[in-house]
Amino acid sequence: MELKFSQEDLEFKKEVRQFFENKLPADIKDRCERGLVIPKEMQVRWQKILFDQGWMAPNWPVDEGGTGWSLTQKYIFAQEAAAACAPPPMPFGVNMIGPVLIKYGTEAQQQKHLPNILNSDTWWCQGYSEPGSGSDLASLKTKAVKDGNDYVINGQKIWTSYAQYADMMFCLVRTDPDAKKQEGISFLLIDMNTPGIEVKPIIGLDLNHTLNEVFFTDVRVPIENLVGEENSGWTYAKSLLEHERSFIARVANSKQLLVRLKQIASTQRIGDNLLINNPDFRRKLTAVEIDLMALEYSELRFLAKQMDGGQLGPEPSIMKLEGSQIQQRLKKLLVESLGMYALPFDADARADESDYLAMGPEHAHGILDQHFYGRSATLVGGTSEVQKNVISRLLMKR
Amino acid sequence: MDFKYSQEQTMLKDVVDRFVADNYSAEQRATLANTELGHSDSHWQTFADMGLLALPFAEALGGMEGSAVDVALVMESFGKGLVLEPYIPTVILAGGLISTLGNDQQQASLLGNIMAGKMKAAFGYCEPQSRFNPADVETSASPAGSGYILNGHKSIVWHGPSANKIIVSARTSGTPRSKEGISLFILDPNAEGVTRLNTRTADGQGASDLLLENVQIDADDLLGEEGKAYPAIERALQAAISAVSAEAVGAMEATNEITREYLKIRQQFGTALSNFQSLQHRTAEMYSEVEMSRSMSEALAMRLRDSDNDNNNDSHIGDEDTLPAQTTAATKVRIGKAATFIGENSVQLHGGIGMTNEYVIGHYYKRLMMIDILFGDQDYHSRQYEQLIYG
Repeated sequence: MELKFSQEDLEFKKEVRQFFENKLPADIKDRCERGLVIPKEMQVRWQKILFDQGWMAPNWPVDEGGTGWSLTQKYIFAQEAAAACAPPPMPFGVNMIGPVLIKYGTEAQQQKHLPNILNSDTWWCQGYSEPGSGSDLASLKTKAVKDGNDYVINGQKIWTSYAQYADMMFCLVRTDPDAKKQEGISFLLIDMNTPGIEVKPIIGLDLNHTLNEVFFTDVRVPIENLVGEENSGWTYAKSLLEHERSFIARVANSKQLLVRLKQIASTQRIGDNLLINNPDFRRKLTAVEIDLMALEYSELRFLAKQMDGGQLGPEPSIMKLEGSQIQQRLKKLLVESLGMYALPFDADARADESDYLAMGPEHAHGILDQHFYGRSATLVGGTSEVQKNVISRLLMKR
Repeated sequence: MDFKYSQEQTMLKDVVDRFVADNYSAEQRATLANTELGHSDSHWQTFADMGLLALPFAEALGGMEGSAVDVALVMESFGKGLVLEPYIPTVILAGGLISTLGNDQQQASLLGNIMAGKMKAAFGYCEPQSRFNPADVETSASPAGSGYILNGHKSIVWHGPSANKIIVSARTSGTPRSKEGISLFILDPNAEGVTRLNTRTADGQGASDLLLENVQIDADDLLGEEGKAYPAIERALQAAISAVSAEAVGAMEATNEITREYLKIRQQFGTALSNFQSLQHRTAEMYSEVEMSRSMSEALAMRLRDSDNDNNNDSHIGDEDTLPAQTTAATKVRIGKAATFIGENSVQLHGGIGMTNEYVIGHYYKRLMMIDILFGDQDYHSRQYEQLIYG
């Protein structure tokens, strides 16, 4: 049993920390630190800096533009990125469709898409959920019918994050309506500029436009945009979820939230004292800090298991379950730190885009946005309840 | 970074696992717990023969030079079977204090006997008013001749009834809750002026209150320097918390397994209980709790092992800025929370059978509940943790 970084790891850590100190633009850092949504321009600007450094795709094979980092180095990178308040790359391209194309895509698909994912010239979105298919994703109904050299798509996707910015969508469609539900699904790449696609905004609890509905009316998609085999899309969708599982608990991000929370509580007055010295507040802070410590050691333990060639069973699900709850507790404590100033919610006021005057402490900007948006942590990528189903199914088989 | 056992550790684990499997079925344990002693001298001798009683001590003293990680793996196996022998009080607490503070003569005579299985020992540091604070010592030791006279009340000395020697803390100077001025004495529990009130804890182990009335102690039985015992007490308690945390992990895993097996077998409403989603979700939560606990327990053991070896924690992953004392407090809080949740829910998920003294699950529940309290409960260690950060 060993819980120490090697000398090489410590050098790497120093290098990464310096990179973030020198290269992360201040305006991007500020929005990220506050928990505000990062606009497309900033996101792309930052991703291009990562690309120039060669650090855009740690999870890709080196031949395709990956970094060749060990799992420990990936862990260090994630820690340092979050501590520096650097926004993580949009996952849809580099962490989701990229690995699927590398594994299952045709050479033509790889050549066409991988370079643009790496340099962030193409923005991707994910067409999975539908109005009738949330947790029960395999029940999806959006239909693709072969017609000549095209599939013709009709149907609707929903909760499509950042579809309004997207050039491309990877999409699950039903190609065999008679097969068992997981077996009639195909995985398509769809150009968002194709006629017949309509994107309608959904305004979230955080008053931001990140979510969308996407409607398909007789949308023609060339057959060469099929990934892998027809009707095998569920397999690729599942493999994509596996790539999504590394650092699923967002430990590094929660550690940064904890730092920010302590900073704020150390400046916030409560009578003649500071909030950080209030025993009620402090005990809640301590409780979540300790749970986060256990989560981090768990992440390290499971990483070590993987590095040793071990297969993970229920572990990713418990990391998602615990990690998402801890994120939400921290974001709620940030709200609590504001006292009465948690009541006003007009994010734009601080961005000088509103008629209302900004009020309350300067750090209040972003806290409610982040809290409201953060309620989705226990929903996306499999709800907490679905995670518990998965865990208990695996346990009961033992 | 790895969380694997070495080959030697795996062998040790196999041996202890086999001992527990062979000797600690629910029936065997119940029989032992109902004897007057409450555990088995023959098992104790087996521990000596296996080298377990010499595990953490330095080779120069005749020990095995085992680390906190080695102790943790033994304790985890003990936890699975709810082993009753006084391993932590004798080896980790009393043994640990003697090996840190004892002079050559004390180490030779006492540790030799402990390692050979000829002596059991305990550590009396609590008092009725002290709750969990080892610095809260009102028991007094006044100089008398070349030795001392002790007066006071040491409470709930774990495995006091079977101890041949009890190390007690007493104040030789300083104010009642000061960390300065605490001394340790090797007490013969049968000495004149000692009243030993023996009882059983809820989980079937021995405990004593010691009433000390003008007890004469020889100068030879002062352990370590007068008034300077506190840091060693703190280290011994950290080692004990690491050990009991690993025990809890073993006990929690066994509890979860027994509970899941029961849910698969027990039929209600025409189907197995394991088919009900509310119960499935509870088992998932119980599993998650024990996984978080295992991570903390293993990290703490590594942390204590490494801080024994050197003081440079720069390269320690995950807690570069954290003191061993902080990791200890955090571990006790996290494991106390998990132990309570798992213990209580295991009874709940069993239903009526979980309420009987005959069925095994209640005994796991009781042990887990005791572990939550032992060496400081969640409130106490949350406060300890905060004091280390905020002062």
